[in-house]
Amino acid sequence: MVLKLQQSHHHQSVAVKGNEQMGTKRGYTFIQSNRDWLPKLILLWVMVMGFISTWIYKKMDADNNVRREEVLSSMCDQRARMLQDQFSVSVNHVHALALLVATFHYYKNPSAIDQETFAEYTARAAFERPLLSGVAYAERVVHSGREKFEKQHGWTIKAMQREPSRLRDEYAPLIFSQETISYIESLDMMSGEEDRENIVRARATGKAVLTSPFRLLGSHHLGVVLTFPVYKSKLPPKPTMEERIVATAGYLGGAIDVESLVENLLGQLAGNQAILVNVYDITNSSDPLVMYGHQNQDGDWAVVHESKLDFGDPFRKHQMICRYHQKAPTSWTALTNVFLFFVICLLVGYILYGAVIHIVKVEDDFREMQELKVRAEAADVAKSQFLATVPHEIRTPMNGMLALLLDTDLSSTQRGYAQTAQVCGKALITLINEVIDRAKIEAGKLELETVPFNIRSIFDNVLSLFSEKSRNKGVEVSRDKTNRKPSLAVFVSDKVPEMVMGDLGRFRQIITNLVGNSVKFTERGHIFVKVHLAESTQPVADTKVETCLNGGSDEGLLISSACQFKTGYEAADERNSWDSFRHLVVDEELRYDAPVNTIDEASRGITLMVSVEDTGIGIPLIVQDRVFTPFMQADSSTSRNYGGTGIGLSITKCLVELMGGHISFISRPQVGSTFSFTTVFKRCNKASYNDTKKSIVELPSGFKGLKAIVVDGKPGKQNGHVFKLPKVILLAKNITNVELEKAKAAGFADTVIMKPMRASMAAACLQQVLGIGKKRQAGKDMLNGSPVLHGLLCGKKILVVDDNMAHQRVFAGALKKFGAAVECRESGKAALKLLQLPCCFYACFMDIQMPEMDGFEATHPIRMMESKANEQMNGGMDEDSGRKGEWHVPILAMTADVIHATYDECLKCRMDGCVEAL
Amino acid sequence: MDLAALKTQLKNFVQSMFEEGVLDNQFSQIQALQDSTNPNFVEEVITLFCNDAERIINEINRNLGYQNVDFSNLDSYVHQLKGSSSSIGANRLKLACANLHQASDERNKEGCLQALQLITCEYCLLRRKFQALLHLERSIVELETNQK
Repeated sequence: MVLKLQQSHHHQSVAVKGNEQMGTKRGYTFIQSNRDWLPKLILLWVMVMGFISTWIYKKMDADNNVRREEVLSSMCDQRARMLQDQFSVSVNHVHALALLVATFHYYKNPSAIDQETFAEYTARAAFERPLLSGVAYAERVVHSGREKFEKQHGWTIKAMQREPSRLRDEYAPLIFSQETISYIESLDMMSGEEDRENIVRARATGKAVLTSPFRLLGSHHLGVVLTFPVYKSKLPPKPTMEERIVATAGYLGGAIDVESLVENLLGQLAGNQAILVNVYDITNSSDPLVMYGHQNQDGDWAVVHESKLDFGDPFRKHQMICRYHQKAPTSWTALTNVFLFFVICLLVGYILYGAVIHIVKVEDDFREMQELKVRAEAADVAKSQFLATVPHEIRTPMNGMLALLLDTDLSSTQRGYAQTAQVCGKALITLINEVIDRAKIEAGKLELETVPFNIRSIFDNVLSLFSEKSRNKGVEVSRDKTNRKPSLAVFVSDKVPEMVMGDLGRFRQIITNLVGNSVKFTERGHIFVKVHLAESTQPVADTKVETCLNGGSDEGLLISSACQFKTGYEAADERNSWDSFRHLVVDEELRYDAPVNTIDEASRGITLMVSVEDTGIGIPLIVQDRVFTPFMQADSSTSRNYGGTGIGLSITKCLVELMGGHISFISRPQVGSTFSFTTVFKRCNKASYNDTKKSIVELPSGFKGLKAIVVDGKPGKQNGHVFKLPKVILLAKNITNVELEKAKAAGFADTVIMKPMRASMAAACLQQVLGIGKKRQAGKDMLNGSPVLHGLLCGKKILVVDDNMAHQRVFAGALKKFGAAVECRESGKAALKLLQLPCCFYACFMDIQMPEMDGFEATHPIRMMESKANEQMNGGMDEDSGRKGEWHVPILAMTADVIHATYDECLKCRMDGCVEAL
Repeated sequence: MDLAALKTQLKNFVQSMFEEGVLDNQFSQIQALQDSTNPNFVEEVITLFCNDAERIINEINRNLGYQNVDFSNLDSYVHQLKGSSSSIGANRLKLACANLHQASDERNKEGCLQALQLITCEYCLLRRKFQALLHLERSIVELETNQK
């Protein structure tokens, strides 16, 4: 307990420190203001409790003693009473004996009693007087009758000293005696001081009188002599003292062995060992005489009881003093009780102290929390202000940028990029708005708006955003791994109307969150978004592939890749897998002509069922029930690996529920997750449809043509213009701007589409091609490639240096296609020979990695040679600076892996550029 | 056999190869380069490719057979093979080359051997397909010249 107290003291000191830090501006409670007194209080409490315990112990002890005293007094009284009774019984017997003597010795004449008779009788009746060692009778003889008496008995009256008695007025010689004390016969009782006094008192009162205690002759026990008067004649009813003295005939006496008497008596009683009994003769109160018991015996003098004894002698006073043999034993019960009481008090004190300390601590904490809360609120206000201002600050310049982005004529690639940039920028603005929304959701102030929008373009936008991301991700990781990126695809059921009324922004936010999560957590496989009407009882029927967007992988064919994915990756939710998708496609072919009738449903709302399926890492089973909790990610390592705050899904859930739907998910760790949600939209009426149609970025109306492109990978038709697809796909890879420029130089300008292919991107490209087509008049056959390039390269001699025959052949074939005259060499050395000045080559494509002499090594001597020639030439025609640097064959490096370093290397070797050659 | 039917068959065959991922769009580009001025272009390229690839695979095999593999040498071979296969559009072979490249980067001989095995498999598959394709191609050319 001491330890605990120390601990609590320690706590308290800590709390006090905390309190000091808190300052004094806040009000204190009683406890707070008196906290320094607490240890003193607890000390005081312990002391007070100690005193109380002691007091209680004393009280209990005193009670105990009182009880002891009572027991003692009752025992003492009992003993005294019994002693008195026994004594009076003896006295009564002596009295009876006296009457016997009177009757038979004096009333009969001649005397009917003699010494012999008396001795026999007393001996036989001795059992009645167990306390009397013996009785004897002394006759009263006056001095005048002494001679006659002596003559009659034949012996002289002797004094106590066994010598003939001196002359006296009266004598009291013993004439009868019990045999036990026959040795005192003929002794004059009047000669003993004690006896004489006794006799005088006895005959005056007519009652039994006692001597003071003395040692009895023979037994050496303490005893007293009892004397009883015998009268000659019958006394008058109220005799005076003189009448009694005159009538006195003799005295009957007996020695009472008080010690034996008391011993016997005590022996009969229980509790004899416990108490000590003393009997005193206190006639002379200043000098009490011991009748029984040892004066000096040890014993407990603390508790003493005195009982009065009345042995029938009016002149003598006796008392009995009782005390305990042993001191009062320590009262263990009381001690235990008190100790327990003390312990309980200590505990109570400790508990109170602990409670108070706790209160103090809680109050301190509370104060601290309050302060923190104030600070947090201030921070929250600051955050709100920040959120209120910063998005606007970002939004304004952003809008300016976006407005200017598409202002000028751009090539299809540039246009595609610019469109992507614009879309991304818009998405960024939307995200900024969503940040504000998030604050609104948190404040519960979110309101849904109702605007008409095109579901498909929403999905297109979102997907483009993420395919862009995933593409970049793939580039950053490794070029070799680009094919392992997940494929993104959307399927929108044909039953889903083109335009719906609802909150576009929130819907987009939901899609963005879910797809974003999927992209984040999916390394390979696919991410498949499926949209259909929730009311549709047969979702398989009346559907067709509306939009298939394939991003992130090099597969050009969605259907074929579907098969491949299915073999490779399993989805969490089997109902929503590629299998069923393939069914949809098959059914679409069968039921393509089935009419779609949605007009009669126009009045009702539309419940859309959207599911986002991925083949990512899935959600661990343990955290599945916490997925929608704010700031919850599977574990910290997840956020380390994938980033994010974990608020996305909770916001998504809020939004979905606000939009009248619900969200659920099925997830299997390491297999994938499928999030499904429903939302309710209003149908869009025609008027608003027409109003908004222009303002919304629409996919080209002839979009079904793209389906042909996507599915077949063959030339498709776009508004009557035959478009050569291979040209498009030729460089459809992840390439950098530098490569792109080189590619353009190589003759593929205007027809480059960056993978991943998206509807809008493709549309931009197609539109530009269409524009060219218009310029060159519709219907022109473009199978021979770009006419511009054709004109540029036609008849030009181009050298291709590559040790890889297949590659060389392919490249030469491509260049020949554009009318160039192509020469091929297989090594740097051979190329060097051909490039000897003066050379007639328009350009030279050189593989970098070649045995013996690689591209860099080969370039070096060429440049040396050229500069030498140029110097000579410049020296010759100094004036004509326009012809300076005439000798310069453009040398373009070809390599399969263009990384930045390679490009730098190329420039260092004074090559003119670098082409990623397949 | 009917010329149109043969062409459809060829088209379907190439399509199936696309679907299986054996070939990618690069091959369709090569096909597009074949025209009347260059009637045997595809065959020519394929033959060149096969010779080249076989030679390189043998080299790689030999290289990996040594006690101490010269990985830089191995790298250059792998690079060549990868270039060849990407120029003809042999997608899966290219991927297999990437595996070998990675294993070689890690100096992992075991991984190299596994990747080589995969490369060999892919190459055999590809060659079989190419042979079938060339057979079809030749039949078409024959029919066309006959018709002329």
